[in-house]
This record gives sequence, structure tokens and C-alpha cells, in this order.
Amino acid sequence: MKEKITGFFASRWGIILTGGLIGFLGAYLQKNGNPKNMGICVACFERDIAGALGLHRANVVQYIRPEIIGFVLGSLAAALIFREFKARDGSAPLVRFILGVFAMIGALAFLGCPWRASFRLAGGDFTAIPGLLGLAGGIAIGVAFLKSGYNLGRSSRTYPVVGAILPALMVGLLLLLVVKPVFSEGGPIFFSESGPGSMHAPLLISLGAGLLIGFLAQRTRFCTMGAVRDVILMKDFHLLSGLGALIIGAFLTNLAFGQFNPGYTGQPVAHSNLLWNILGMLLAGLAYALAGGCPGRQLFLSGEGDADSAIFVLGMISGAAFSHNFGLAGKPDSVVDGVLQVGGISQNGMIAVLLGIAVCLVIGFSMREKDEKGAE
Amino acid sequence: MTTTVDARGFSCPQPVIMARKAISEGKYPVEVLVDTVTSRENVRRMAQMQGCKVEILTQGDDFKMVITR
Repeated sequence: MKEKITGFFASRWGIILTGGLIGFLGAYLQKNGNPKNMGICVACFERDIAGALGLHRANVVQYIRPEIIGFVLGSLAAALIFREFKARDGSAPLVRFILGVFAMIGALAFLGCPWRASFRLAGGDFTAIPGLLGLAGGIAIGVAFLKSGYNLGRSSRTYPVVGAILPALMVGLLLLLVVKPVFSEGGPIFFSESGPGSMHAPLLISLGAGLLIGFLAQRTRFCTMGAVRDVILMKDFHLLSGLGALIIGAFLTNLAFGQFNPGYTGQPVAHSNLLWNILGMLLAGLAYALAGGCPGRQLFLSGEGDADSAIFVLGMISGAAFSHNFGLAGKPDSVVDGVLQVGGISQNGMIAVLLGIAVCLVIGFSMREKDEKGAE
Repeated sequence: MTTTVDARGFSCPQPVIMARKAISEGKYPVEVLVDTVTSRENVRRMAQMQGCKVEILTQGDDFKMVITR
């Protein structure tokens, strides 16, 4: 029976249904309070968690997002039920941390990860198109490295408790969210009173959606980066059909809820600076490709015991803190006295994105093996 | 002559890249060792797309995939 279910989820229909459901749930969460055109943005939501923990002080983006907790715990549940939980670590953890930091800096220059780029497109925000093109460009560079022997080395089996660390941290976050303890004035957790961080669906709806997506994504290996990578690497459209279903599912749900507002400028929590939308996502795409998964996939892998993916997640959360504390994140378009002010990123942000691309290129060039390990 | 590819410990997409390289060299059967269901399913899909037959044996916590043309 379990093999049959595994077979279905591994099939084309399995990934399409999962993608379509994620699209629906994201748009539904917006209807229930999540920020517009955000649905579920893994990068933004990890950034909000960083803010809620006081790791950065951008007071409009601070909230412990239950969707992220659900992603990890839903994947953990699926992995345990289907006996796929395998604790493993030791595949270049420090490099993965650095890739996580720069993946977040790139994502926040664009103001979203591939998940949000898809939800932005499905909501009519056409600035998502250059973002997605940049993402594909970054992934294509990553594929070139993969083809020339790049890899982060083998992981090893480890004690189950190591694989349980990130799920345990997520349970801790859930407790902080529910109990809202006060240790001292204003701390230890911070919640936005205005801005995107203050906009959220009710806890149980967000958590439930996260758990369901985590469960299904663990079964189907849903990955927005892998979707593009597999097409470039070997013309395999399996994962891309899931990403396509996400965009169509979100688009149809947005139409039904009156949430589709086409345009290029002044879109919610987005800027229309063409060059830095492209370059921000190019950096993010390259970092995801080098680390082997999109930010969502890294959470799902963490749930099934992959401590290397957990390090990438912690890198992204740290990257969010750097991004806001150093003023690197994108500034959305705004309307002041009826005049559109095009947003974008600061000079520091531009330097950080270029530095990130340079660091990723060094990692890609320097971690190549001439003969791939294992072939005899 | 059997070609053996030990892809245990490597994460997506490395096992697929390694198995595909061995298949392209044409020395069948190709035996691929993987240690996660994800790698098993990804290698299986790739091999079947290349027109190969795949037999899967469970070995403890690992999988041995025997790929033939």
C-alpha cells in the first residue's frame, strides 16, 4: 500500500496535484490575511522569523510564520510515516551556510524567493518576469558547474537526534508564537504592528496549510529550483510541471477571489527596478543550485533528517538579519503625493549582490572534481 | 562488464548525474548504489527516460539499482 502511495506521489500527476494545491493554498492564505502577492514566500517568511527573534530591527517584517514551522514538521511526519527519516550531515556545512546567507541577500534584493516570484506572477505582478529570468540564469550557471564536476561532497549517516534539531527548533518557535512569553520589556519576541509582518492568516489556517504542504512536498520532492535545473540539465520536465501547476492554481484562485491585479509598477511589496530584480534573483538562483534545492526544498529536507539543509536554512535566517541590519534589502515602489517612486536597492545592497555572485562563482569553480567520486 | 556507481551520501542531483554518465558509457549492466528514496526515484526516472530497464534491490538502508538496456 505504502509503495503504491509512494508511486503515485512520484508520478507526474502527484507533482501536478501538489503544485496546484500549493498555488491554491497560497492564494487562499492571502485571502485570509497573508500579504498580497506573497501567498507563501519562504525567504520572506524566514526573514519575518529572524525579525520576530530580534535578529534584525526592521519592525514592519517581524512575525513567527507558522507556514515555515508546518513545512518542516509536515515533512517530518511524512518521513516518519513512510520510513524515510534518515539523519545525515557533513557535506560542506560551512559552504552551505554561506550559500544560505547570500541566497537570502539575493532574494531580498528582489523581495522574494522563487515561491513568491511565482505568486507575484499569478497575482499579475509582471516584475516577477525579470526575477524569474534572473533565477533561471543563476540556475543555468549552477548547472554549468554541476556539469563540470561541482559537488559539495558526500554526507554521512549520523545520530537521529542530529536530524531532529531543526524540527525541535520549529517546535520551539511554535511555543514562542503560542505562549508569547515576556522575559523583559519588549522581548524576547517581536511582532510587527504595521506593514507586511502584521498581515497574516489565523494561526491554525497557516499552520495547517504549512503541515499539508510539508507532507505532500516531502512525498513528491517538490522543488522550484530543481524544476528549472532539471530542464536545463537533462530536459526533464517532471518538477517543472509542479511549478507550472502552482502558478496556474494560484492564478485561478486569485481570479476567483478578485486578487488578480495586472501591472508592472506599484505592485504590493515589490519594486520595478529591472536590473536589480534580475541580478538579485540570479544570485539567489545560483546559490540554490549550488546548494541543491530551493528554500522550500531545504525546509522539507531538514524535516527528513538532512542536517546540511538545516544549516542552509539557518544561513538564510542569518542572511535576513544581515540584509536588514546592513540595509541591503529591496525597497518597494511607493506612491508619494500621487507620484510613483520606483524602489530598488541601496548602493550597499548592490555591492552585496555582486559580492554574493563573486563568492558563489568562487565556490562553483573551486569545488569541482575532475573524476566524479564513486564511478569505477 | 558491470559498471558500479556508488552514489551513497550524495544529494540531488548528483546521483542522477553520476548514473547518467555511466549509462552514456554503455557498459551494461550499470549498478547504482543510493541511500535515499529521493535518489532512487530520480535515478529510476532518468534511466527509464533513457529507455533502460531498472531493477531495484533493497540492501539494509540502501538501494542497489541494476540498470540494463
